[in-house]
Amino acid sequence: MTGSKQALAQPASGSGAAPGIPPGASRAVRGRGAPAGAGSWRSRLYRWDTKASPYAFVAPFFLLFGAFSLVPLLYTAWYSLHRVQLSALDHQSWAGLDNYENLLSSDFFWNALKNTFTIGVISTVPQLLAAIGLAHLLNYRLRGSTVWRVVMLTPYATSVAAATLVFTLLYAWDGGVINWFLHFFGVGPVNWRESGWGSQFAVSSIVIWRWTGYNALIYLAAMQAIPVDLYESAALDGANRWQQFRHVTIPQLRPTVLFTVIVSTIGATQLFGEPLLFGGVSGSKGGSEHQYQTLGLYLYDQGWIIGNLGKASAIAWSMFLILLVIAAVNLLLTRRLGRTR
Amino acid sequence: MTTTELTRSRPMGTERRRRMTGAGRQLHAGPLTYAVLTVFALLSLAPLVWTAIAASRTDRRLAQTPPPLWFGGNLFKNLRVAWDQAGLGTAMFNSVFVAGTITVSTVLFATLAGFAFAKLRFRFSGVLLLLTVGTMMIPPQLAVVPLYLWMSDLGWSNQLQTVILPSLATAFGTFFMRQYLVQALPTELIEAARVDGAGSLRTVWHVVFPAARPAMAVLGLLTFVFAWNDFLWPIIALNQQNPTVQVALNSLGTGYVPDQAVIMAGALLGTLPLLIAFLLFGRQIVGGIMQGAVKG
Repeated sequence: MTGSKQALAQPASGSGAAPGIPPGASRAVRGRGAPAGAGSWRSRLYRWDTKASPYAFVAPFFLLFGAFSLVPLLYTAWYSLHRVQLSALDHQSWAGLDNYENLLSSDFFWNALKNTFTIGVISTVPQLLAAIGLAHLLNYRLRGSTVWRVVMLTPYATSVAAATLVFTLLYAWDGGVINWFLHFFGVGPVNWRESGWGSQFAVSSIVIWRWTGYNALIYLAAMQAIPVDLYESAALDGANRWQQFRHVTIPQLRPTVLFTVIVSTIGATQLFGEPLLFGGVSGSKGGSEHQYQTLGLYLYDQGWIIGNLGKASAIAWSMFLILLVIAAVNLLLTRRLGRTR
Repeated sequence: MTTTELTRSRPMGTERRRRMTGAGRQLHAGPLTYAVLTVFALLSLAPLVWTAIAASRTDRRLAQTPPPLWFGGNLFKNLRVAWDQAGLGTAMFNSVFVAGTITVSTVLFATLAGFAFAKLRFRFSGVLLLLTVGTMMIPPQLAVVPLYLWMSDLGWSNQLQTVILPSLATAFGTFFMRQYLVQALPTELIEAARVDGAGSLRTVWHVVFPAARPAMAVLGLLTFVFAWNDFLWPIIALNQQNPTVQVALNSLGTGYVPDQAVIMAGALLGTLPLLIAFLLFGRQIVGGIMQGAVKG
């Protein structure tokens, strides 16, 4: 507010300034040479503006972000120690660690944890390996390089819902494109929806399809930032292309790899939309035998299908703690790797 | 940087050797590279093209073997049924409104906060920036239970502001703008405006916004894609009476009498706006992701 008032108090300098062009240097002289009497309250205002404006600029972000992201985080911990039922939101009572004990003694929780881990690994590892290879190819001098990049990123523009609906039909047992394609190779129809590994593979493939291009672009950006000198000296030492890729590109890429591993791990831990829609009517259960019920699905199922929001909060915090452990292990591993190299 | 630029000052032998064994970036792609890239491109596009094929068929035809690999004549009929059955008209309007509001607000607040973090000195700025970055990785699941309870208390269940409010500002956006402005906005420019007597709002309007415009556009596109595709919170917060596109698609997919061709038509409709945006702004989105990656 003060800023706009002050802007009004400056008659000449503002009206002519076009956007993008900073106020001219010649005017700066005039500004500094303003009469001292007129400038005293103005300069006080000015000093106040300088001091307060940074806070005014970050305030909306922190108010919104704090209210809807940070504070809920703490409230979730609070609710996880309470009995909170969807059917009776007004009757909340202290439960201590009951929700957590309940969770740890539930087979479905461990099943969901195991599924999250398995699906996470079989979606993240191939995805990141393919992305590195793809980035390496995109890093060549290509005709129409932008077109290739945009095409590879198209799946990223598809929503979880749309992509999963399409893949569900592609994976249909009878008449699905994928089983039809496999029969040419003598592979009998796979029941992608009911079998354990088949359904987990199918869910993972949706994740891989949507995110490989995105990760490839991140690797490509990192590859383009590698100094050319490194390749030159490697070439002088007689390293061939594969050796350069292994001994120059990969080590230089390590921070980016760590970044993508962490981001993908977080994504995998939260996996929700793909298994929910892949399961159709029994979506929140993760299939007839809970074959692909992930932690994210389990949270939704417990909280909004069964209606136990206290337990859902406990699941949310368990996910958070698991993530922290994974991040710490990641950090330790990369430090260790960095030292031994 | 071209090969010739780099080698102009070097002996000829070096250039030849690098041509033969040099890094990927200096070599022209061979036929094998193009072949592999074509396979990847087909894998990326085929499911989308097939969605359109399936949407143009009948449910009965989709259940038969071999599956249809070319278009049929039912596209517009299926699109109309999907539009009516899943309430996609309302859903589209809701999604545009939700994603639009979130985009404008996120970009605006991210630019202001990003500018403060990049160029202004104030107490606790380091700690606050660290907090912003550190919380970027907190999963959204950790907020849904309290948010749901609060919104119910306010009587806002199934209303659009329930979906909009929690996404009005993001840590990612703030960090993205900060990283961009640190380099793209010369400090002298701000000092010049200051010396000129411009207040902070005037400085933001005439100096910061013009300098930030390319990054604002990219952040806007990324935010719109993200808000359009957001799934978890809208499914919890909204019901079928007042859905976003994703909520409508979910209920179409979990319907008890599924007509697969209609479902595919719905999936096609739900993706179309973003695909069109991608055709128009694909280059900027690609650039934005790569830029965020290098600096992030």
